[in-house]
Amino acid sequence: MTDEPLLRVSALSKFYGSRVGCDNVSFDLWPGEVLAVVGESGSGKTTLLNCLSTRLLPSSGTASYRMRDGQFRELYRMSEAERRFLMRTDWGFVHQNPADGLRMTVSAGANVGERLMAVGDRHYGKIRATAVDWLSRVEIEEDRIDDEPRAFSGGMRQRLQIARNLVTGPRLVFMDEPTGGLDVSVQARLLDLLRGLVTDLGLAAIVVTHDLAVARLLSQRMMVMKDGRVVESGLTDRVLDDPRAPYTQLLVSSILQV
Amino acid sequence: MTDIATYNFAYLDEQTKRMIRRAILKGIAIPGYQVPFASREMPMPYGWGTGGVQVTASIIGPDDVLKVIDQGADDTTNAVSIRAFFKKVANVAVTTDTASATIIQTRHRIPEHPLTAGQVLVYQVPIPEPLRFLEPRETETRKMHALEEYGLMHVKLYEDIAKHGRIATTYAYPVKVEGRYVMDPSPTPKFDNPKMHRSPALQLFGAGREKRIYAVPPFTEVVSLDFEDHPFEVQTFDQPCALCAAENVYLDEVILDDHGGHMFVCSDTDHCEKRRADGHRGHLAPETHPTSQKMEPAQ
Repeated sequence: MTDEPLLRVSALSKFYGSRVGCDNVSFDLWPGEVLAVVGESGSGKTTLLNCLSTRLLPSSGTASYRMRDGQFRELYRMSEAERRFLMRTDWGFVHQNPADGLRMTVSAGANVGERLMAVGDRHYGKIRATAVDWLSRVEIEEDRIDDEPRAFSGGMRQRLQIARNLVTGPRLVFMDEPTGGLDVSVQARLLDLLRGLVTDLGLAAIVVTHDLAVARLLSQRMMVMKDGRVVESGLTDRVLDDPRAPYTQLLVSSILQV
Repeated sequence: MTDIATYNFAYLDEQTKRMIRRAILKGIAIPGYQVPFASREMPMPYGWGTGGVQVTASIIGPDDVLKVIDQGADDTTNAVSIRAFFKKVANVAVTTDTASATIIQTRHRIPEHPLTAGQVLVYQVPIPEPLRFLEPRETETRKMHALEEYGLMHVKLYEDIAKHGRIATTYAYPVKVEGRYVMDPSPTPKFDNPKMHRSPALQLFGAGREKRIYAVPPFTEVVSLDFEDHPFEVQTFDQPCALCAAENVYLDEVILDDHGGHMFVCSDTDHCEKRRADGHRGHLAPETHPTSQKMEPAQ
């Protein structure tokens, strides 16, 4: 690991008129680190994620990303073309609803291959071989490669979405409730898979979730948000085992025990 | 023809023609870029060539000689009607002869006879956006054109190969113009795509319902998209035209009876008639000589 962060966020705020989306959020993300952002619905997690992934422009604050050449670039000063290029090469975005992140009317293979074709790959055989490889890495059988994601189960769709995002070897992946809406056994396998991929590829990730168990499994560090503000942040195990902020204590004690 | 005075020359009013000419000029300046224009109601339904008619009306002058083809044929309803329309509202000479026409309005074919400098080919376009069926949002496709994000176009070709083992798109085959814009050549067979490449004629595209005009200036690079291991290729036919024995032309299948009888004939009727007049005969050609080329005079 280098001694420079991958992403530097400073005093990021987003207001919707007079309403607060997120307010004065600052943090650094290091290469290979998984940061969980937790909090209840409406706490500004998704707004923060959308701002960081440049899907939304913040009202104030800055975020700089260390490009592959080692130079920091301020995200909100980049041209739209540069941002979109970053989005489909060096970044990934895993949506909660796979239908938002997949092309539902083209085959699984084409879904995985799209990013490769977008960066100029023009060899069908190679694109297909890469797609086969990635499908097997996310545990989708090779004979499903020509099926449309519409014919896939929820868990398979989510795994396909992950493969589609990781095929260009991104360094930073944004995930918005990646396990939302999946039943617990499927969720467990997906988490296992994600954990394996993140470790193998040395990915940095920002995972938004309301599920503290997901945060515990995936992340090394977490931020707890409430009403758009970060109320507590620290190592995941520390925050969950020894919550300091009253809100975090409430959150941790609200977990249902089986 | 006394009622001609009731029409402005070439039907459209001068302001409209001026507006369309500006769109055409912009289209020529940015080859392959779809220029929005204020498409007018025309005395025909959408889908019958309202875009092509407006483009033709805006560029036609009294000295022009107009040819109109529909799928290669000069004698189908649409072609005959549009030709009659311009004869009436612009009082121009019309012809079926490709070589002597100055403006050729076409629905979905490029004539077999090579076009020359000074000729203008006007295409009728139903859907100008090549990315339409891949990305339904027009706001997004415009952005993709602007940022030259064309990976999606190859997704379509990938799907073809995955499903059919080869690129199965046979018409409206996407092309890249002058290394920049990806363009829908209108639903011409991909057989005609190579004819667009560095063509000496000016090619104008009008989409009336979609309100877009685009253009390929003479001698412009027009490259059909493909994969390295699945290169672009045109349709081939294993038999010559049944009437004129032409090879390496685009053929239509014609059903002869209800016992499975059929023949393949040139889609370009002018080309076929010329060859027969020159004495070429296919295996199903009638004994008598067909009527030779006629040039309808201006009135």
